[in-house]
Amino acid sequence: MLDRMKRIPYHVVVAPILAVLLAMVVGSLFVLTVGESPLAAYKVLLQESFGTARGFATTLQRATPLMFTGLAVAFAFRAGLFNIGAEGQLYIGAFAAAWVGFTFTNLPKIIHLPLAILASMIGGAIWAAVPGYLKARFGIHEVINSIMMNYIAYFLTDWLVTGPFQGSTMIPETKRVAASATLSRLMPPTRLTTAIYIALIAAAVVYILMWRTKLGYEIRAVGLNPTAAEYGGISVAKITVAAMAISGALAGLAGMEQILGLNNRFIQRFSPDLGFMGVAVALLGKNHPVGIVLAAVLFGALQTGAAAMDRLTSVPRELITILQGVIIFFVAAEYLFSRFMKVKGEA
Amino acid sequence: MATVLEMKGITKQFPGVLANDHIDLDVEEGEIHALVGENGSGKSTLMSILFGIYRADAGEIYVRGRRVEINEPRDAINLKIGMVFQHFMLVEPLTVAENIVLGSELKRGPFLDYDTAVAEVERLSALYGLKIDPHAKIQDLSVGLQQRVEILKALYRGAEILILDEPTAVLTPQEVDELIEVMRNLRANGTSIIFITHRIREVLAISDRVTVLRRGKKVGTKPTSETNAQDLAEMMVGRKVLLQVEKGPAKPGDVVLEVRDLAVRDKRGALKVNGASFTVRRGEILGIAGVEGNGQTELVEALAGLARPESGQILLQGRDITQAPPLKIKQWGLGYVPEDRHRRGLVLDYTVADNLILGLHTQAPFRTRLGMQDFRAIKENAVKLVEQFDIRPPYPHQPARKLSGGNQQKVVVAREFARDPELLICSQPTRGVDIGAIEFIHRQVVAQRDRGAAVLLVSAELDEILSLSDRVAVMYNGKIVAVMPVEEADEHKLGFLMLGGRLEDYQAAGGNEVAR
Repeated sequence: MLDRMKRIPYHVVVAPILAVLLAMVVGSLFVLTVGESPLAAYKVLLQESFGTARGFATTLQRATPLMFTGLAVAFAFRAGLFNIGAEGQLYIGAFAAAWVGFTFTNLPKIIHLPLAILASMIGGAIWAAVPGYLKARFGIHEVINSIMMNYIAYFLTDWLVTGPFQGSTMIPETKRVAASATLSRLMPPTRLTTAIYIALIAAAVVYILMWRTKLGYEIRAVGLNPTAAEYGGISVAKITVAAMAISGALAGLAGMEQILGLNNRFIQRFSPDLGFMGVAVALLGKNHPVGIVLAAVLFGALQTGAAAMDRLTSVPRELITILQGVIIFFVAAEYLFSRFMKVKGEA
Repeated sequence: MATVLEMKGITKQFPGVLANDHIDLDVEEGEIHALVGENGSGKSTLMSILFGIYRADAGEIYVRGRRVEINEPRDAINLKIGMVFQHFMLVEPLTVAENIVLGSELKRGPFLDYDTAVAEVERLSALYGLKIDPHAKIQDLSVGLQQRVEILKALYRGAEILILDEPTAVLTPQEVDELIEVMRNLRANGTSIIFITHRIREVLAISDRVTVLRRGKKVGTKPTSETNAQDLAEMMVGRKVLLQVEKGPAKPGDVVLEVRDLAVRDKRGALKVNGASFTVRRGEILGIAGVEGNGQTELVEALAGLARPESGQILLQGRDITQAPPLKIKQWGLGYVPEDRHRRGLVLDYTVADNLILGLHTQAPFRTRLGMQDFRAIKENAVKLVEQFDIRPPYPHQPARKLSGGNQQKVVVAREFARDPELLICSQPTRGVDIGAIEFIHRQVVAQRDRGAAVLLVSAELDEILSLSDRVAVMYNGKIVAVMPVEEADEHKLGFLMLGGRLEDYQAAGGNEVAR
């Protein structure tokens, strides 16, 4: 038992919490400049995002896609890969889900919905496997390629929704998906759907895959020391492709949530940078599924609270954007804390 | 001649290693002073202290008779000390001239005065006989020419004492000859050069004096004219008391490993193994002696499937494994202790238990159905091996990073030996390991032989080769140049062969005399 406790490094738990608290202190300075009381502003924020059932449901809904993209980025990161292409994989996954949703309209829900979900994972996986393969085969850096794959995904889906798959109106979006392919709402009128369950299952699956299976052992070995992994008979190339594909499948699920849970159709450029937010979520969540779920909830709460603060106080919602930025800054500057903490923490 | 540099009592402690232990060094004006020693002997640390990259824990430095404090490279440069590192620090897309003036650019208004920079480079280039095109881009230059740019960069900054850190390690033989020529020109112009190397031939070819370090201590300084290859080899490797390993006579059985005319290129494309052939039998230890860099690393990596041979054949128990992947070769009976445990042998951030299954993790009992890991089996394996191989501290859940070098090596040894391999390759098995662990590992190697394994031992330590091996092979320039029973081998003979001497010459001259 003691063994296990010791294995949770101090900075994994404390540093992110410290970062959030420090960010709130910095945020109060901004609140003060607009002449409001920071305490009052934060109270509104908390109340609206956690204080009511409806507010909390909205927080969870906003957290759901971030859980997927956070898991996606973290998964690749454990293999030593920086998947900055989650955004593009999300778009392809979203389109795949939408296409299955509005094409196979005669299927019963028990088949149609899982099929649409599966399609989003396959779409995202293929989109991510391309930069994975290019890295494994030719050594081209995955950051470059996954960014370029983002642009291809944007313009490809732009074309799809303004061309072959445009719905009946002049708006650049597809037809609605059939009801048999939509996720059930858990607490109307909020838009929280069963996608949250899928996200939590995904987090559990990532945990098991990464820390309980042979594949996870190999992925982490490649991430920590590729030359030793090679020596241990692990094919670094295969693991690179596999880790990117799984990462892409997770990002595809985020797109699925947006289509089957939220918009019910593919709208051109619908994502508010959910894929890139995934990098921040993974960073704050320390690339661990539990941390990522919590970090996603925090970011979901900030967004929910932002709307309320805008409505109820004179604090502009941009404060929340600043807050998010400052949190990331402090998390990234974590080594500063670890230096302070080292004496006590690791003695 | 005047003394330009004096280092006195330099001491530097790193965690777990005394890298420099009261080292004295003096360099005269216009002298080429070779600094030699095996890897880990403290050469690079000493020079890093001189150039201000590390700070010594104790000791004094005098430059041109004046006591100086060198806290950062800038201080060293101001004292007209220049250093050329093994890894070049050049901006690839910029030209030679741009790189040379970088950091102390000549300006015309806010702009770089490129023409003057070019003229300056041409002047230095002519003065020291370092031919180079100032307009060429670094990325288009060979390694040898890039090194020349680094030397010019140091000279441009006014270096009068030039440190060259293993400059020949990255060069082809022709480039080495050119570098030697350049060094002669520099010496003729009054520059003092500290030349770090572990190749004895180069020391004899160019240096005026030589200082030998071993395990952080200075062995001695001698004028090059008063020494010879054998003498230097002994100073480097040391004639410490042989660690006596108790072992009975070998009982060689069938051939387990057969290597035929093997050729292997390194990552940069140089042919490092060039027609090596030998066999290892069940129940014997074949030791491969040789100066480092003669192809041992590439040979072993090819045997383990980690490097692709260019030609030739490797047979493991009659099966051709020349192009087989590493995992297959392991499963067919290879145990392999790699020379670099940090890079190859261990995932340092994995626990001891996880490291103890690396390469075995794809099979039962560690992997169960559905690709899950069996944590009970992993833990039982770790508890057993930690006890059996005396790994300390005995915590299977400790990250390998937290162990001492000796205990890290025991983790690798435990993993590779416990599988009772048919062929056991041990490459530098006791490098950076304390005496206690050395004895332990040596006993285990002999136990593996007695169990019936074929053992291939590669070591830079001659006494390790002589005390463990049943037969000794010498590798020189990518080839196995001689194989003999250990009874016929001694340090003189091996040293002579390791430096490129021929066995027939040695025998014709009646043994020891020729080496003296």
